[in-house]
Amino acid sequence: MSWLNAMIDRLRYRSAPPPEDRSRMRAVANNIVLHLHPTRVPAPALRFSRTWGLGGISALLSVLLIITGVLLMFRYDASIERAYPAVQAMETVIPFGSLLRGIHHWAGNLLMITVVLHMVRVFAAGGFRGERRMNWVVGLGMLVLVLTFNFTGYLLPWDQLAFWAITVGTGLLTYVPLVGQMVSDFLLGGPEVGQSALRNFYALHVALLPVVLIFGLSYHFWRVRKDGGVTIPPQSEQVVRLTTIPHLVTAELGVALITLAGLLIFAMAVPAPLEALANAAHPPNPAKAAWYFLGVQELLLHMHPLAALALAAIGLLGLAVLPLWDRDSSDEGVYFRSPTGRMAGLLGAALAIVLTPLLVLVDELWLDLPALLAPTSTLISNGLLPLLLTLGGLAGIYAGLRRGLRARHSEALVGLFSFVMVALVVLTAVGIWFRGPNMALVWPF
Amino acid sequence: MAKNTPQPKQNEAVSRRDFLALGAGALGLIGLLQTGGMALQFLAPRRVDGEFGGVVAVGPAESFPPGSVTEFPDGRFFLARAADGGFLAVSRRCTHLGCAVSWHAADGQFACPCHGSHFDLIGDVQNPPAPRALDTYPITVSDGALMVDTAKAQQRDSFAPEQLVYV
Repeated sequence: MSWLNAMIDRLRYRSAPPPEDRSRMRAVANNIVLHLHPTRVPAPALRFSRTWGLGGISALLSVLLIITGVLLMFRYDASIERAYPAVQAMETVIPFGSLLRGIHHWAGNLLMITVVLHMVRVFAAGGFRGERRMNWVVGLGMLVLVLTFNFTGYLLPWDQLAFWAITVGTGLLTYVPLVGQMVSDFLLGGPEVGQSALRNFYALHVALLPVVLIFGLSYHFWRVRKDGGVTIPPQSEQVVRLTTIPHLVTAELGVALITLAGLLIFAMAVPAPLEALANAAHPPNPAKAAWYFLGVQELLLHMHPLAALALAAIGLLGLAVLPLWDRDSSDEGVYFRSPTGRMAGLLGAALAIVLTPLLVLVDELWLDLPALLAPTSTLISNGLLPLLLTLGGLAGIYAGLRRGLRARHSEALVGLFSFVMVALVVLTAVGIWFRGPNMALVWPF
Repeated sequence: MAKNTPQPKQNEAVSRRDFLALGAGALGLIGLLQTGGMALQFLAPRRVDGEFGGVVAVGPAESFPPGSVTEFPDGRFFLARAADGGFLAVSRRCTHLGCAVSWHAADGQFACPCHGSHFDLIGDVQNPPAPRALDTYPITVSDGALMVDTAKAQQRDSFAPEQLVYV
């Protein structure tokens, strides 16, 4: 079969397969896929704990989502009469329909997790400063893009889950001052979720967003290369540079195969959910948004939508201006900046684990701000006040870390970031497991 | 100095080259704005008058006892009759995030399953997070029969007696 190998090599490389370093490097440069990589990579950047393969896994999932998504398109119909039956047919009669839908569904959910972890990893390594700051913002944009992808895809099965999650999601938009109602109407193509909304979301999900994704990803990769690759700590000795073939390529192949195998097994074991046909008169009880929005939905139970929205916007803005906010690149590539930074991160996480459930309980069971401050508008008592209290609490945590740990600005920000991320995870967990009928707190076990 | 070299005039702020470049740029910008405007108008939602069936005839007043609530699913509203006999067409769309509320006769309240808002018979908020009372639709009376115009929901902060319609 050596002739077959030779032929495949002819297709993959323009010349014979690489016998030694120089031609291995040339092989990378001349290969259409591999040339996304540099020809050689610094040895420290190849350590698995430098990246955890998170960016690569996200890219792989994006490709997988495009392939499975295109296949699903051949069996789907974006009409409110036929969408649900089409998905039902996939689940029941179309060969491998359930599996393909499962892979697409779970890959989309997994992508949500890996892009957030990727962002956390880049934050921890300080890979958002100096030349890399533009790509940090681009990456943040891609995170929002993945959220939009998930949100638009959520409506397509046209089941109860889909209908009410989008109703609530666009209802949230209407609270944005001045333009909110207009944007919501524009997205839905009318005042409520109906045929126009399904058509709009379908066009966004299968045409516009994928184009943005492909261009965005290409730019993201290109910037990674141009900005110096993976962030590594300053090295005392001369850094050994290893050739991409085989050192990087085999590692990537391994991670890709494990991801694909894991995803395939999971999709076979757990089919993508499909509830009853959408019914505009009767929301299910409890009606929940998609799980990645349940953190925000949990906030909605505690404060005015405008305040919850403002909080989310402030969080996103904080991440976007991070490269300007923290320019201290002395500890570049060191995870969590320093032992102090690591301590700050741990404290922030611990505080979030204790404080967030406590606040949820207090607000749910004892504290009723609107009733306490009865004559004031709920916009103030249930909106501005909780918002300011939250922001004040965050400022307090930052100040406490600066003073208590004698942390530098950059190290205290690690604590703040860790608090916000863990609090979001806790709120999401509360939303997923601890909210029962009428959104009352329940004990799930 | 060569005679045919173009000399910038002292009092000329913008050269001819700059002027043409600026003009071309401005034209390009206008073209871009026009294209954007076209796309926006092409994509804008088309509002059809009298959505959800326009005016809904709900029947004679005496078929609704005081203190009752009747659902009209096609009109997406509830006809509520207060204890004093006044009518109110209450939208089923929760003012919090747009879920559909349902009437629980036993508790005498509208409940939203999405985020737990409760409203009383006349649509006033009993339990947040809903920020204001349920929207209403205008009711007209002709020959003792009630008609509800579902084309335009009326927003209100809370209940006021003049919102009730008497036959």
